[in-house]
Amino acid sequence: MKQMRDSEAAKQSSSDMSTTGRMDVAASLGSHGREIPETISNVVFGLDNVQVFYGDFQAVRDVSMQIGRNEITAFIGPSGCGKSTLLRSFNRMNDLIPGARVAGSLTYHGYDVYAPNVDPIEVRRRIGMVFQKPNVFPKSIYENVAYGPKVNKMKVNMDDLVEECLTRAALWDEVKDDLKKSAYALSGGQQQRLVIARCIAVKPDVILMDEPCASLDPIATAKVEDLMQELANDYTIVIVTHNMQQAARVSDRTAFFTADVDSAGVRHGRLVEYGPTRSIFTAPNDPRTEDYISGRFG
Amino acid sequence: MTATIATTPSPAPESTLEGHGQPLIDKTFRWILFAATAVGIVFLAVLIVYVTLKGLPRLTPALWQNMPSIRNPDTAGAQSAITGTIWVMAFTALTALPVGILSAVYLEEFGNAKSRFQRVVDINIQNLAAVPSVVFGILGLAIIARAFQLGQTVITAGLTLGLLVLPVVIISTRESLRAVPQNIRHGSLALGATQWQTTWKQTMPAAIPGMATGTILALSRAIGEAAPLLLLGAVSFISFNPTGPFSAYTTMPIQIFNWTKNPREEFQILAAALIVLLLVLLLAMNAVAILIRNRTQRRW
Repeated sequence: MKQMRDSEAAKQSSSDMSTTGRMDVAASLGSHGREIPETISNVVFGLDNVQVFYGDFQAVRDVSMQIGRNEITAFIGPSGCGKSTLLRSFNRMNDLIPGARVAGSLTYHGYDVYAPNVDPIEVRRRIGMVFQKPNVFPKSIYENVAYGPKVNKMKVNMDDLVEECLTRAALWDEVKDDLKKSAYALSGGQQQRLVIARCIAVKPDVILMDEPCASLDPIATAKVEDLMQELANDYTIVIVTHNMQQAARVSDRTAFFTADVDSAGVRHGRLVEYGPTRSIFTAPNDPRTEDYISGRFG
Repeated sequence: MTATIATTPSPAPESTLEGHGQPLIDKTFRWILFAATAVGIVFLAVLIVYVTLKGLPRLTPALWQNMPSIRNPDTAGAQSAITGTIWVMAFTALTALPVGILSAVYLEEFGNAKSRFQRVVDINIQNLAAVPSVVFGILGLAIIARAFQLGQTVITAGLTLGLLVLPVVIISTRESLRAVPQNIRHGSLALGATQWQTTWKQTMPAAIPGMATGTILALSRAIGEAAPLLLLGAVSFISFNPTGPFSAYTTMPIQIFNWTKNPREEFQILAAALIVLLLVLLLAMNAVAILIRNRTQRRW
Protein backbone atom coordinates (compact mmCIF):
# COMPACT_ATOMS: atom_id res chain seq x y z
CA MET A 1 0.00 0.00 0.00
CA LYS A 2 2.74 2.37 1.04
CA GLN A 3 4.70 1.76 -2.11
CA MET A 4 1.65 2.28 -4.21
CA ARG A 5 1.14 5.65 -2.59
CA ASP A 6 4.69 6.77 -3.32
CA SER A 7 4.70 5.77 -6.95
CA GLU A 8 1.34 7.42 -7.43
CA ALA A 9 2.66 10.56 -5.79
CA ALA A 10 5.54 10.72 -8.21
CA LYS A 11 3.19 10.28 -11.15
CA GLN A 12 0.94 13.06 -9.95
CA SER A 13 3.61 15.61 -9.24
CA SER A 14 4.95 15.20 -12.75
CA SER A 15 1.57 15.67 -14.42
CA ASP A 16 1.47 18.97 -16.24
CA MET A 17 -1.04 21.66 -15.48
CA SER A 18 -2.44 23.93 -18.15
CA THR A 19 -4.44 26.50 -16.22
CA THR A 20 -2.43 28.73 -13.92
CA GLY A 21 -5.54 29.24 -11.78
CA ARG A 22 -5.58 25.72 -10.53
CA MET A 23 -1.85 25.29 -10.48
CA ASP A 24 -1.56 26.10 -6.76
CA VAL A 25 -4.17 23.64 -5.71
CA ALA A 26 -3.17 20.94 -8.13
CA ALA A 27 0.48 21.26 -7.14
CA SER A 28 -0.41 20.05 -3.68
CA LEU A 29 -1.98 16.92 -5.10
CA GLY A 30 -0.19 13.70 -4.56
CA SER A 31 1.16 14.22 -1.08
CA HIS A 32 -0.45 10.91 -0.46
CA GLY A 33 -2.06 9.80 -3.71
CA ARG A 34 -3.30 6.26 -3.61
CA GLU A 35 -4.34 4.37 -6.70
CA ILE A 36 -7.90 5.46 -7.28
CA PRO A 37 -9.89 3.50 -9.82
CA GLU A 38 -12.53 5.34 -11.80
CA THR A 39 -15.32 3.16 -10.43
CA ILE A 40 -15.93 2.19 -6.84
CA SER A 41 -15.97 -1.54 -6.24
CA ASN A 42 -16.50 -1.70 -2.48
CA VAL A 43 -19.43 0.59 -1.73
CA VAL A 44 -20.00 1.82 1.84
CA PHE A 45 -22.65 4.44 1.17
CA GLY A 46 -25.00 4.32 -1.76
CA LEU A 47 -27.02 7.44 -2.40
CA ASP A 48 -29.83 7.44 -4.90
CA ASN A 49 -31.74 10.69 -5.39
CA VAL A 50 -31.16 11.73 -1.79
CA GLN A 51 -32.98 14.89 -0.80
CA VAL A 52 -32.82 16.56 2.59
CA PHE A 53 -35.58 18.83 3.82
CA TYR A 54 -35.89 21.15 6.79
CA GLY A 55 -39.65 21.45 7.06
CA ASP A 56 -40.75 22.65 3.61
CA PHE A 57 -37.29 23.87 2.69
CA GLN A 58 -35.31 21.55 0.45
CA ALA A 59 -31.68 21.93 1.53
CA VAL A 60 -30.22 19.22 -0.69
CA ARG A 61 -31.75 17.97 -3.91
CA ASP A 62 -31.24 14.77 -5.86
CA VAL A 63 -27.80 13.58 -4.86
CA SER A 64 -26.78 10.24 -6.31
CA MET A 65 -23.31 8.96 -5.57
CA GLN A 66 -21.36 6.11 -4.03
CA ILE A 67 -18.72 6.28 -1.35
CA GLY A 68 -15.99 3.68 -1.39
CA ARG A 69 -14.55 1.70 1.45
CA ASN A 70 -11.22 2.86 2.94
CA GLU A 71 -11.26 5.91 0.78
CA ILE A 72 -11.18 9.54 1.84
CA THR A 73 -14.01 11.36 0.15
CA ALA A 74 -14.06 15.15 0.32
CA PHE A 75 -17.17 17.29 -0.06
CA ILE A 76 -16.31 20.76 -1.27
CA GLY A 77 -18.38 23.71 -2.34
CA PRO A 78 -19.44 27.21 -1.34
CA SER A 79 -21.29 27.95 1.92
CA GLY A 80 -24.92 26.91 1.98
CA CYS A 81 -24.54 24.23 -0.68
CA GLY A 82 -25.79 21.50 1.63
CA LYS A 83 -22.58 19.52 2.02
CA SER A 84 -22.68 19.48 5.84
CA THR A 85 -26.39 18.77 5.78
CA LEU A 86 -25.79 15.79 3.51
CA LEU A 87 -22.93 14.55 5.71
CA ARG A 88 -25.14 14.71 8.78
CA SER A 89 -27.78 12.61 7.09
CA PHE A 90 -25.26 9.74 6.81
CA ASN A 91 -25.33 9.00 10.54
CA ARG A 92 -28.80 10.41 11.19
CA MET A 93 -27.54 13.41 13.12
CA ASN A 94 -30.15 15.40 11.19
CA ASP A 95 -32.78 13.56 13.23
CA LEU A 96 -31.87 15.92 16.06
CA ILE A 97 -33.08 18.93 14.11
CA PRO A 98 -36.87 19.22 14.38
CA GLY A 99 -38.49 19.04 10.96
CA ALA A 100 -35.47 17.51 9.19
CA ARG A 101 -36.39 14.77 6.73
CA VAL A 102 -34.51 12.65 4.20
CA ALA A 103 -36.07 11.39 0.99
CA GLY A 104 -34.61 9.08 -1.61
CA SER A 105 -32.46 6.10 -0.79
CA LEU A 106 -29.38 6.22 1.42
CA THR A 107 -27.84 2.84 2.06
CA TYR A 108 -24.96 1.77 4.28
CA HIS A 109 -23.42 -1.53 3.16
CA GLY A 110 -26.70 -2.12 1.41
CA TYR A 111 -28.92 -1.43 4.41
CA ASP A 112 -31.33 1.47 4.18
CA VAL A 113 -30.23 3.95 6.85
CA TYR A 114 -33.72 5.44 7.02
CA ALA A 115 -35.70 2.20 7.16
CA PRO A 116 -38.35 2.36 9.90
CA ASN A 117 -36.77 -0.42 12.01
CA VAL A 118 -33.29 1.15 12.00
CA ASP A 119 -32.08 2.40 15.35
CA PRO A 120 -30.20 5.70 14.93
CA ILE A 121 -28.09 4.77 17.98
CA GLU A 122 -26.76 1.71 16.12
CA VAL A 123 -26.13 3.80 13.02
CA ARG A 124 -24.11 6.36 14.98
CA ARG A 125 -22.06 3.72 16.72
CA ARG A 126 -20.84 2.44 13.37
CA ILE A 127 -20.58 5.82 11.73
CA GLY A 128 -18.60 8.19 13.94
CA MET A 129 -18.45 11.92 13.59
CA VAL A 130 -15.92 14.68 14.21
CA PHE A 131 -17.32 18.18 14.40
CA GLN A 132 -16.10 21.56 13.29
CA LYS A 133 -15.40 22.85 16.77
CA PRO A 134 -13.51 20.35 18.96
CA ASN A 135 -16.32 19.32 21.30
CA VAL A 136 -14.44 17.52 24.04
CA PHE A 137 -16.51 16.61 27.07
CA PRO A 138 -15.93 18.57 30.29
CA LYS A 139 -14.17 15.52 31.76
CA SER A 140 -10.66 14.14 31.94
CA ILE A 141 -8.74 13.09 28.83
CA TYR A 142 -9.11 9.45 29.87
CA GLU A 143 -12.84 9.72 30.41
CA ASN A 144 -13.31 11.44 27.08
CA VAL A 145 -11.94 8.37 25.30
CA ALA A 146 -13.57 5.86 27.66
CA TYR A 147 -17.04 7.42 27.40
CA GLY A 148 -18.04 5.87 24.08
CA PRO A 149 -17.00 2.29 24.97
CA LYS A 150 -18.73 2.68 28.35
CA VAL A 151 -22.08 3.83 27.01
CA ASN A 152 -21.90 1.11 24.38
CA LYS A 153 -21.10 -1.45 27.11
CA MET A 154 -18.06 -2.71 25.21
CA LYS A 155 -16.22 -5.42 27.09
CA VAL A 156 -12.63 -4.28 26.77
CA ASN A 157 -9.63 -3.49 28.91
CA MET A 158 -10.31 0.21 29.16
CA ASP A 159 -6.73 1.28 29.94
CA ASP A 160 -5.42 -0.56 26.91
CA LEU A 161 -8.15 0.79 24.67
CA VAL A 162 -7.54 4.37 25.80
CA GLU A 163 -3.83 4.02 25.13
CA GLU A 164 -4.44 2.39 21.75
CA CYS A 165 -6.88 5.08 20.62
CA LEU A 166 -4.73 7.97 21.82
CA THR A 167 -1.73 6.40 20.09
CA ARG A 168 -3.63 6.01 16.85
CA ALA A 169 -4.74 9.63 17.13
CA ALA A 170 -1.06 10.65 17.51
CA LEU A 171 -1.78 12.15 20.92
CA TRP A 172 -0.50 9.54 23.36
CA ASP A 173 3.03 10.91 23.71
CA GLU A 174 1.70 14.37 24.45
CA VAL A 175 -0.84 13.36 27.09
CA LYS A 176 0.26 10.04 28.59
CA ASP A 177 1.26 11.68 31.88
CA ASP A 178 -1.85 13.87 32.06
CA LEU A 179 -4.66 11.41 31.46
CA LYS A 180 -6.49 12.60 34.56
CA LYS A 181 -6.30 16.23 33.51
CA SER A 182 -9.29 18.05 32.11
CA ALA A 183 -9.55 17.83 28.35
CA TYR A 184 -10.06 21.58 28.39
CA ALA A 185 -6.40 22.01 29.29
CA LEU A 186 -5.43 20.80 25.80
CA SER A 187 -4.84 23.08 22.84
CA GLY A 188 -7.40 23.25 20.03
CA GLY A 189 -5.42 20.91 17.80
CA GLN A 190 -4.91 18.42 20.62
CA GLN A 191 -8.61 18.60 21.46
CA GLN A 192 -9.53 17.76 17.88
CA ARG A 193 -7.18 14.77 17.93
CA LEU A 194 -8.75 13.74 21.25
CA VAL A 195 -12.16 13.90 19.60
CA ILE A 196 -10.82 11.63 16.84
CA ALA A 197 -9.42 9.23 19.48
CA ARG A 198 -12.79 9.27 21.22
CA CYS A 199 -14.47 8.54 17.92
CA ILE A 200 -12.32 5.51 17.03
CA ALA A 201 -12.70 4.13 20.57
CA VAL A 202 -16.15 2.78 19.72
CA LYS A 203 -14.60 0.94 16.74
CA PRO A 204 -16.61 2.57 14.00
CA ASP A 205 -16.44 1.68 10.35
CA VAL A 206 -16.82 5.18 8.98
CA ILE A 207 -15.64 8.56 10.29
CA LEU A 208 -17.52 11.62 9.12
CA MET A 209 -15.60 14.87 9.54
CA ASP A 210 -17.43 18.15 9.31
CA GLU A 211 -14.77 20.78 8.63
CA PRO A 212 -12.47 19.24 11.24
CA CYS A 213 -9.72 21.81 10.76
CA ALA A 214 -11.86 24.94 10.48
CA SER A 215 -10.86 26.18 13.93
CA LEU A 216 -7.25 24.97 13.89
CA ASP A 217 -3.97 26.69 13.01
CA PRO A 218 -1.89 25.39 10.06
CA ILE A 219 0.39 23.22 12.18
CA ALA A 220 -2.50 21.55 13.99
CA THR A 221 -4.25 21.19 10.64
CA ALA A 222 -1.22 19.41 9.19
CA LYS A 223 -1.23 16.97 12.12
CA VAL A 224 -4.92 16.18 11.70
CA GLU A 225 -4.43 15.72 7.95
CA ASP A 226 -1.54 13.30 8.53
CA LEU A 227 -3.75 11.46 10.97
CA MET A 228 -6.50 11.16 8.38
CA GLN A 229 -4.05 9.56 5.93
CA GLU A 230 -3.07 7.12 8.62
CA LEU A 231 -6.66 6.29 9.55
CA ALA A 232 -7.75 5.78 5.95
CA ASN A 233 -6.07 2.37 6.01
CA ASP A 234 -8.71 1.12 8.42
CA TYR A 235 -11.63 3.49 8.12
CA THR A 236 -13.77 5.06 5.48
CA ILE A 237 -13.54 8.82 5.86
CA VAL A 238 -15.87 11.46 4.51
CA ILE A 239 -14.72 15.00 5.07
CA VAL A 240 -16.51 18.29 4.46
CA THR A 241 -14.12 21.13 3.91
CA HIS A 242 -14.09 24.73 2.79
CA ASN A 243 -10.42 24.45 2.09
CA MET A 244 -9.79 23.26 -1.46
CA GLN A 245 -6.09 22.71 -0.84
CA GLN A 246 -7.06 20.42 1.98
CA ALA A 247 -9.42 18.45 -0.23
CA ALA A 248 -6.67 18.19 -2.84
CA ARG A 249 -4.08 17.14 -0.27
CA VAL A 250 -6.00 14.51 1.64
CA SER A 251 -8.79 13.06 -0.42
CA ASP A 252 -9.05 10.22 -2.89
CA ARG A 253 -12.31 11.39 -4.34
CA THR A 254 -13.90 14.80 -4.35
CA ALA A 255 -17.53 15.77 -4.69
CA PHE A 256 -18.23 19.35 -5.68
CA PHE A 257 -21.52 20.80 -4.53
CA THR A 258 -23.07 24.11 -5.32
CA ALA A 259 -26.27 25.93 -4.51
CA ASP A 260 -28.98 26.64 -7.08
CA VAL A 261 -31.00 29.72 -6.36
CA ASP A 262 -34.61 29.22 -7.35
CA SER A 263 -37.07 31.89 -8.49
CA ALA A 264 -37.98 32.70 -4.85
CA GLY A 265 -34.33 33.31 -3.96
CA VAL A 266 -34.08 30.10 -1.91
CA ARG A 267 -30.83 28.13 -2.13
CA HIS A 268 -30.89 24.40 -2.80
CA GLY A 269 -27.71 22.39 -2.63
CA ARG A 270 -26.89 20.00 -5.44
CA LEU A 271 -24.05 17.75 -6.49
CA VAL A 272 -22.27 19.08 -9.57
CA GLU A 273 -19.39 16.74 -10.08
CA TYR A 274 -17.90 13.73 -8.36
CA GLY A 275 -14.80 11.79 -9.23
CA PRO A 276 -11.21 10.98 -8.32
CA THR A 277 -9.68 14.06 -6.71
CA ARG A 278 -6.98 14.26 -9.34
CA SER A 279 -9.48 14.54 -12.20
CA ILE A 280 -11.66 17.02 -10.33
CA PHE A 281 -8.73 19.31 -9.71
CA THR A 282 -6.88 18.91 -12.97
CA ALA A 283 -9.59 18.20 -15.53
CA PRO A 284 -13.04 19.06 -14.24
CA ASN A 285 -15.90 18.33 -16.58
CA ASP A 286 -18.22 21.05 -15.39
CA PRO A 287 -17.37 24.75 -15.90
CA ARG A 288 -18.77 25.51 -12.41
CA THR A 289 -16.26 23.17 -10.83
CA GLU A 290 -13.52 24.77 -12.84
CA ASP A 291 -14.61 28.26 -11.74
CA TYR A 292 -14.76 27.22 -8.12
CA ILE A 293 -11.43 25.47 -7.86
CA SER A 294 -9.67 28.24 -9.75
CA GLY A 295 -11.05 30.72 -7.26
CA ARG A 296 -13.40 32.57 -9.59
CA PHE A 297 -16.35 32.17 -7.20
CA GLY A 298 -17.18 30.69 -3.83
CA MET B 1 7.77 50.40 0.92
CA THR B 2 6.76 49.85 4.48
CA ALA B 3 10.06 51.33 5.59
CA THR B 4 9.32 54.70 3.96
CA ILE B 5 5.95 54.84 5.63
CA ALA B 6 7.48 54.14 8.99
CA THR B 7 10.17 56.78 8.71
CA THR B 8 8.02 59.60 7.32
CA PRO B 9 7.08 61.76 10.32
CA SER B 10 3.40 62.51 10.61
CA PRO B 11 2.58 66.21 10.15
CA ALA B 12 2.39 68.26 13.33
CA PRO B 13 -1.18 68.69 14.56
CA GLU B 14 -2.68 72.08 13.70
CA SER B 15 -4.08 72.60 17.16
CA THR B 16 -3.17 71.27 20.56
CA LEU B 17 -5.02 68.30 22.00
CA GLU B 18 -6.48 70.27 24.88
CA GLY B 19 -10.23 70.01 25.31
CA HIS B 20 -12.78 71.35 27.74
CA GLY B 21 -12.76 68.34 30.01
CA GLN B 22 -15.90 66.41 30.83
CA PRO B 23 -19.03 68.32 29.84
CA LEU B 24 -21.34 69.27 32.68
CA ILE B 25 -24.11 66.95 31.51
CA ASP B 26 -21.74 63.98 31.67
CA LYS B 27 -20.81 64.78 35.25
CA THR B 28 -24.40 65.36 36.30
CA PHE B 29 -25.64 62.17 34.75
CA ARG B 30 -22.84 60.27 36.40
CA TRP B 31 -23.88 61.62 39.78
CA ILE B 32 -27.54 60.77 39.22
CA LEU B 33 -26.58 57.21 38.38
CA PHE B 34 -24.39 56.99 41.44
CA ALA B 35 -27.10 58.42 43.69
CA ALA B 36 -29.63 55.88 42.41
CA THR B 37 -27.22 53.07 43.22
CA ALA B 38 -26.46 54.57 46.61
CA VAL B 39 -30.15 54.67 47.68
CA GLY B 40 -30.43 50.90 47.75
CA ILE B 41 -27.06 50.33 49.40
CA VAL B 42 -27.61 53.03 52.06
CA PHE B 43 -31.06 51.78 53.02
CA LEU B 44 -29.81 48.22 53.34
CA ALA B 45 -26.81 49.35 55.38
CA VAL B 46 -28.96 51.50 57.70
CA LEU B 47 -31.37 48.62 58.19
CA ILE B 48 -28.62 46.13 58.99
CA VAL B 49 -26.82 48.53 61.35
CA TYR B 50 -30.06 49.50 63.13
CA VAL B 51 -31.20 45.91 63.59
CA THR B 52 -27.75 44.74 64.68
CA LEU B 53 -27.37 47.53 67.23
CA LYS B 54 -30.84 46.94 68.56
CA GLY B 55 -30.49 43.18 68.78
CA LEU B 56 -26.89 43.17 70.00
CA PRO B 57 -27.70 42.70 73.70
CA ARG B 58 -29.54 39.50 72.92
CA LEU B 59 -27.20 38.06 70.31
CA THR B 60 -26.04 35.45 72.80
CA PRO B 61 -26.01 31.65 72.75
CA ALA B 62 -29.26 31.84 74.73
CA LEU B 63 -30.94 32.86 71.49
CA TRP B 64 -30.49 29.39 70.00
CA GLN B 65 -30.22 27.45 73.25
CA ASN B 66 -33.47 28.51 74.93
CA MET B 67 -37.10 28.07 74.03
CA PRO B 68 -39.43 31.01 73.49
CA SER B 69 -41.32 32.20 76.55
CA ILE B 70 -44.20 34.62 77.02
CA ARG B 71 -43.48 35.47 80.62
CA ASN B 72 -39.67 35.60 80.79
CA PRO B 73 -38.30 37.65 77.89
CA ASP B 74 -34.91 37.82 79.63
CA THR B 75 -34.25 34.12 79.19
CA ALA B 76 -36.36 33.52 76.08
CA GLY B 77 -34.68 32.10 72.97
CA ALA B 78 -35.73 30.90 69.57
CA GLN B 79 -34.57 27.30 69.49
CA SER B 80 -37.93 25.91 68.42
CA ALA B 81 -38.07 28.44 65.56
CA ILE B 82 -34.56 27.58 64.38
CA THR B 83 -35.13 23.82 64.43
CA GLY B 84 -38.56 24.40 62.89
CA THR B 85 -36.97 26.34 60.04
CA ILE B 86 -34.48 23.51 59.45
CA TRP B 87 -37.27 20.90 59.39
CA VAL B 88 -39.47 22.95 57.08
CA MET B 89 -36.57 23.77 54.73
CA ALA B 90 -35.62 20.10 54.54
CA PHE B 91 -39.12 19.21 53.37
CA THR B 92 -39.18 22.21 51.03
CA ALA B 93 -35.98 20.98 49.41
CA LEU B 94 -37.31 17.39 49.29
CA THR B 95 -40.40 18.63 47.46
CA ALA B 96 -38.99 21.30 45.18
CA LEU B 97 -35.64 19.85 44.10
CA PRO B 98 -36.55 16.44 42.65
CA VAL B 99 -39.80 17.63 41.09
CA GLY B 100 -38.25 20.87 39.83
CA ILE B 101 -35.08 19.35 38.40
CA LEU B 102 -36.91 16.44 36.76
CA SER B 103 -39.48 18.72 35.14
CA ALA B 104 -36.74 21.05 33.94
CA VAL B 105 -34.84 18.12 32.41
CA TYR B 106 -38.03 16.94 30.70
CA LEU B 107 -38.89 20.38 29.34
CA GLU B 108 -35.35 21.16 28.20
CA GLU B 109 -34.03 17.80 26.99
CA PHE B 110 -36.96 15.59 26.08
CA GLY B 111 -39.98 17.79 25.43
CA ASN B 112 -40.74 19.32 22.08
CA ALA B 113 -40.24 23.05 22.56
CA LYS B 114 -42.67 23.85 19.77
CA SER B 115 -45.58 21.75 21.00
CA ARG B 116 -48.69 23.51 22.24
CA PHE B 117 -48.47 21.62 25.55
CA GLN B 118 -44.98 22.89 26.24
CA ARG B 119 -45.85 26.48 25.34
CA VAL B 120 -48.77 26.39 27.79
CA VAL B 121 -46.51 24.91 30.48
CA ASP B 122 -43.82 27.53 29.79
CA ILE B 123 -46.21 30.44 30.22
CA ASN B 124 -47.69 28.94 33.35
CA ILE B 125 -44.32 28.41 35.00
CA GLN B 126 -43.34 32.01 34.27
CA ASN B 127 -46.62 33.22 35.76
CA LEU B 128 -46.42 30.89 38.76
CA ALA B 129 -43.03 32.36 39.65
CA ALA B 130 -44.72 35.74 39.93
CA VAL B 131 -47.71 34.63 42.05
CA PRO B 132 -47.65 36.26 45.53
CA SER B 133 -46.63 33.85 48.25
CA VAL B 134 -49.82 34.48 50.19
CA VAL B 135 -51.76 32.83 47.37
CA PHE B 136 -49.64 29.71 47.83
CA GLY B 137 -50.56 29.92 51.52
CA ILE B 138 -54.26 29.80 50.63
CA LEU B 139 -53.61 26.85 48.30
CA GLY B 140 -51.67 25.05 51.03
CA LEU B 141 -54.41 25.67 53.55
CA ALA B 142 -57.25 24.56 51.30
CA ILE B 143 -55.66 21.56 49.63
CA ILE B 144 -52.71 20.31 51.66
CA ALA B 145 -53.86 21.14 55.19
CA ARG B 146 -57.62 20.62 54.76
CA ALA B 147 -58.32 18.37 51.73
CA PHE B 148 -55.32 16.09 52.33
CA GLN B 149 -55.90 16.40 56.08
CA LEU B 150 -52.23 17.03 56.81
CA GLY B 151 -53.12 19.81 59.23
CA GLN B 152 -50.78 22.43 60.63
CA THR B 153 -47.65 20.37 60.38
CA VAL B 154 -44.07 20.56 59.17
CA ILE B 155 -44.96 18.56 56.07
CA THR B 156 -47.77 20.94 55.10
CA ALA B 157 -45.39 23.88 55.40
CA GLY B 158 -42.66 22.03 53.47
CA LEU B 159 -45.02 21.06 50.63
CA THR B 160 -46.45 24.59 50.41
CA LEU B 161 -43.06 26.32 50.35
CA GLY B 162 -41.85 23.63 47.96
CA LEU B 163 -44.63 24.53 45.53
CA LEU B 164 -43.83 28.20 46.06
CA VAL B 165 -40.21 27.85 44.94
CA LEU B 166 -40.86 25.10 42.37
CA PRO B 167 -41.15 27.55 39.44
CA VAL B 168 -37.89 29.22 40.44
CA VAL B 169 -36.12 25.85 40.65
CA ILE B 170 -37.50 24.83 37.25
CA ILE B 171 -36.52 28.09 35.58
CA SER B 172 -32.99 28.19 37.00
CA THR B 173 -32.38 24.51 36.23
CA ARG B 174 -33.59 24.98 32.68
CA GLU B 175 -31.27 27.92 32.26
CA SER B 176 -28.28 25.96 33.50
CA LEU B 177 -29.16 23.07 31.15
CA ARG B 178 -29.54 25.48 28.28
CA ALA B 179 -26.07 26.87 29.02
CA VAL B 180 -24.53 23.46 28.22
CA PRO B 181 -23.45 23.76 24.58
CA GLN B 182 -25.40 21.74 22.06
CA ASN B 183 -22.19 20.27 20.65
CA ILE B 184 -21.58 18.36 23.91
CA ARG B 185 -24.91 16.59 23.42
CA HIS B 186 -24.18 16.00 19.75
CA GLY B 187 -20.72 14.66 20.57
CA SER B 188 -22.25 12.16 22.94
CA LEU B 189 -25.06 11.13 20.60
CA ALA B 190 -22.61 10.76 17.71
CA LEU B 191 -20.78 8.09 19.74
CA GLY B 192 -23.92 6.01 19.88
CA ALA B 193 -25.05 7.12 23.34
CA THR B 194 -28.78 7.18 23.96
CA GLN B 195 -30.56 10.38 24.86
CA TRP B 196 -30.88 9.16 28.43
CA GLN B 197 -27.13 8.45 28.68
CA THR B 198 -26.35 11.81 27.12
CA THR B 199 -28.57 13.65 29.59
CA TRP B 200 -27.48 11.69 32.64
CA LYS B 201 -23.74 11.47 31.93
CA GLN B 202 -23.00 14.67 30.02
CA THR B 203 -25.64 17.36 30.18
CA MET B 204 -26.68 17.09 33.82
CA PRO B 205 -23.17 16.85 35.32
CA ALA B 206 -22.17 19.86 33.24
CA ALA B 207 -25.20 21.77 34.52
CA ILE B 208 -24.80 20.91 38.21
CA PRO B 209 -23.07 24.16 39.26
CA GLY B 210 -25.85 26.20 37.71
CA MET B 211 -28.50 24.00 39.25
CA ALA B 212 -26.92 24.24 42.70
CA THR B 213 -26.72 28.01 42.53
CA GLY B 214 -30.31 28.33 41.37
CA THR B 215 -31.74 25.97 43.94
CA ILE B 216 -29.85 27.56 46.84
CA LEU B 217 -31.18 30.95 45.82
CA ALA B 218 -34.67 29.46 45.57
CA LEU B 219 -34.39 27.98 49.06
CA SER B 220 -33.11 31.26 50.44
CA ARG B 221 -36.32 32.80 49.17
CA ALA B 222 -38.35 30.17 51.00
CA ILE B 223 -36.47 30.51 54.28
CA GLY B 224 -37.62 34.08 54.79
CA GLU B 225 -41.28 33.48 53.95
CA ALA B 226 -43.80 34.25 56.69
CA ALA B 227 -46.99 35.03 54.79
CA PRO B 228 -47.94 31.55 53.54
CA LEU B 229 -47.08 29.99 56.89
CA LEU B 230 -49.25 32.51 58.73
CA LEU B 231 -52.16 31.36 56.58
CA LEU B 232 -51.26 27.75 57.30
CA GLY B 233 -51.76 28.49 60.98
CA ALA B 234 -48.17 28.60 62.15
CA VAL B 235 -49.03 31.48 64.44
CA SER B 236 -49.49 29.44 67.56
CA PHE B 237 -46.97 29.65 70.37
CA ILE B 238 -44.62 26.67 70.09
CA SER B 239 -41.98 26.05 72.72
CA PHE B 240 -40.78 22.62 71.63
CA ASN B 241 -38.71 21.34 68.72
CA PRO B 242 -40.50 19.48 65.92
CA THR B 243 -40.28 15.73 66.39
CA GLY B 244 -41.15 14.65 62.86
CA PRO B 245 -42.95 15.58 59.65
CA PHE B 246 -46.34 15.54 61.36
CA SER B 247 -45.28 17.67 64.29
CA ALA B 248 -46.47 21.22 64.96
CA TYR B 249 -43.79 23.83 64.29
CA THR B 250 -42.84 27.45 64.19
CA THR B 251 -40.19 29.09 62.02
CA MET B 252 -37.83 32.04 62.38
CA PRO B 253 -39.92 34.55 60.37
CA ILE B 254 -43.03 33.52 62.33
CA GLN B 255 -41.20 33.89 65.64
CA ILE B 256 -39.98 37.34 64.58
CA PHE B 257 -43.54 38.23 63.63
CA ASN B 258 -44.85 37.07 67.00
CA TRP B 259 -42.22 38.94 68.97
CA THR B 260 -42.62 42.21 67.09
CA LYS B 261 -46.38 42.05 67.78
CA ASN B 262 -45.62 42.02 71.49
CA PRO B 263 -45.55 45.57 72.97
CA ARG B 264 -42.82 44.82 75.54
CA GLU B 265 -39.45 46.31 74.63
CA GLU B 266 -37.53 43.13 75.58
CA PHE B 267 -39.35 41.17 72.89
CA GLN B 268 -38.54 43.86 70.32
CA ILE B 269 -34.86 43.38 71.10
CA LEU B 270 -35.24 39.61 70.84
CA ALA B 271 -36.92 40.03 67.45
CA ALA B 272 -34.04 42.22 66.25
CA ALA B 273 -31.53 39.59 67.39
CA LEU B 274 -33.39 36.83 65.55
CA ILE B 275 -33.59 39.02 62.42
CA VAL B 276 -29.81 39.30 62.50
CA LEU B 277 -29.52 35.53 62.78
CA LEU B 278 -31.90 35.06 59.84
CA LEU B 279 -29.94 37.58 57.76
CA VAL B 280 -26.68 35.81 58.54
CA LEU B 281 -28.24 32.54 57.46
CA LEU B 282 -29.48 34.08 54.21
CA LEU B 283 -26.15 35.71 53.43
CA ALA B 284 -24.38 32.44 54.16
CA MET B 285 -26.63 30.57 51.72
CA ASN B 286 -26.10 33.19 49.04
CA ALA B 287 -22.36 33.13 49.68
CA VAL B 288 -22.32 29.36 49.16
CA ALA B 289 -24.24 29.83 45.92
CA ILE B 290 -21.75 32.44 44.69
CA LEU B 291 -18.84 30.27 45.77
CA ILE B 292 -20.16 27.28 43.83
CA ARG B 293 -20.72 29.48 40.81
CA ASN B 294 -17.24 30.97 40.88
CA ARG B 295 -15.42 27.74 41.66
CA THR B 296 -17.01 25.80 38.84
CA GLN B 297 -17.37 28.45 36.18
CA ARG B 298 -16.55 26.96 32.81
CA ARG B 299 -15.58 28.45 29.56
CA TRP B 300 -16.80 26.26 26.77
